[in-house]
Amino acid sequence: MKYAFFLGCTVPVRAQNYELSARKVAEKLGIELVDVPDFRCCGYPVKSVNFKGHLVMSAINLALAEKQGLNITTLCNACSVTMIEANEELKAHPDFLEEVNGELSKFGLEYKGTVEVKHFARVLYEDYGLDKLKEHITRPLEGYRFAPHYGCHFIRPSKVYAEFDDPQYPVSLDRLVEITGAEAVDYPEKQLCCGGGILGIKEEVALALSNKKLGIVKEKNADGMISICPFCSVMYEGNQKKIEKTYEKEYGIPVLYYTQILGLSMGFSSEEMGLKLNRIKPRALMEAFSNG
Amino acid sequence: MTINVKDLDRDFKYQVMREPGGEYLSRCFACGTCTASCPVREIDERFNPRKIIRMTLLGMKKEVLESEFVWLCTACYMCQERCPQDVMITELMNAIKNVAVKEGFVHPSYTAQVEALKNFSRLYEVGEFENKKRQKIGLPALDTETKKEFVQVIDDYVSGLLKGGEE
Ligand code: SF4
Ligand code: SF4
Ligand code: SF4
Repeated sequence: MKYAFFLGCTVPVRAQNYELSARKVAEKLGIELVDVPDFRCCGYPVKSVNFKGHLVMSAINLALAEKQGLNITTLCNACSVTMIEANEELKAHPDFLEEVNGELSKFGLEYKGTVEVKHFARVLYEDYGLDKLKEHITRPLEGYRFAPHYGCHFIRPSKVYAEFDDPQYPVSLDRLVEITGAEAVDYPEKQLCCGGGILGIKEEVALALSNKKLGIVKEKNADGMISICPFCSVMYEGNQKKIEKTYEKEYGIPVLYYTQILGLSMGFSSEEMGLKLNRIKPRALMEAFSNG
Repeated sequence: MTINVKDLDRDFKYQVMREPGGEYLSRCFACGTCTASCPVREIDERFNPRKIIRMTLLGMKKEVLESEFVWLCTACYMCQERCPQDVMITELMNAIKNVAVKEGFVHPSYTAQVEALKNFSRLYEVGEFENKKRQKIGLPALDTETKKEFVQVIDDYVSGLLKGGEE
């Protein structure tokens, strides 16, 4: 199993604990993640400004993967949805593909439309498979309770994700959490958006959205939230202190990347999974799974 | 809001429908399911996707494009999943933003992001400093070069729009 590893803009500078844990977990599972030095932004920020410009940016990355004969896996919901949608648009509209290739040809690139893009969590769920994953769980996280946050762009729009999971009542991340031996905490409004997409547009509305979900999760008394998107983590973890202050609340909810808890259940230490890089320290886990 | 018929722009809806994502605008039958599904609406009552769609269909171009509301959509796709008419609302919101940009209304946060993309080919710079930090925790260094491909795309598709409108 081999994928071109698409890091995007946010993960490599703001979610190094995510990248670190994903790389280690993949290696142990025998999933080869190939770094492609020329990969850059997926095009997401340009979509709101100019749709075709964003298609070209996505296509540059798609063409680079195609050149190596590899499908792409990503760690970020926004990178995934952007390249998946662009890919579908290019396949559905030959005129778009032609225009895009006209642009790419200036750099000796061409995109034929043969690449598939999948979020790493989906790769684990679908391509690797829960049964095989289960064989690697040597230290089940019994007694821990985590609230999964899917993030919108892991499951929506159904236009591109229909074959994967339900757009409003998804199950995949719950199953992935359960595989680690922990309980996946069910809670209302699981599908609610973190607000990350408008943090730079109107902070108070974005924070209000995150506050809403943090409040719901707090009531469930979970050991933490599980995220699979660096933007979602910026909202729930990076901004949690600010939200607590704004709304006069006390949450103190750790937010972990899925690959971190998966790694712990596979026998990695909390140090190896970069838990000390988490902004809200998951203290119980850090103590229980420390190697020193 | 009183509507003055002579201020309406009859071409506006066609302008939106010509943008990728705007194609299905006229399917809307104003049921309001989108507004009832919208998490932003729950926080700020003034944000109302059904109303934005009505205003667009009526030709209230200036009101739609000048308001900050089109920029408040988080692209969560809840409305799009529930719309009985398959208006593809999230994509429609994006099409309206694209029209706004062409007409010279771009939200400043996007101008800043495009600037960063042109300089670094990424939203955040990865230079020697970031690479040292990465290597220290056992992550590989990343290629730091600004890619000419990205500079070119931004020049061809975006810079002109940000300088003050197309056409
Ligand atoms: S940041 Fe928000 S809008 Fe973006 S994928 Fe995550 S949940 Fe969805
Ligand atoms: S849900 Fe669809 S049909 Fe109903 S008002 Fe919204 S866009 Fe129109
Ligand atoms: S996609 Fe935009 S308009 Fe639709 S429900 Fe989400 S925030 Fe509201």
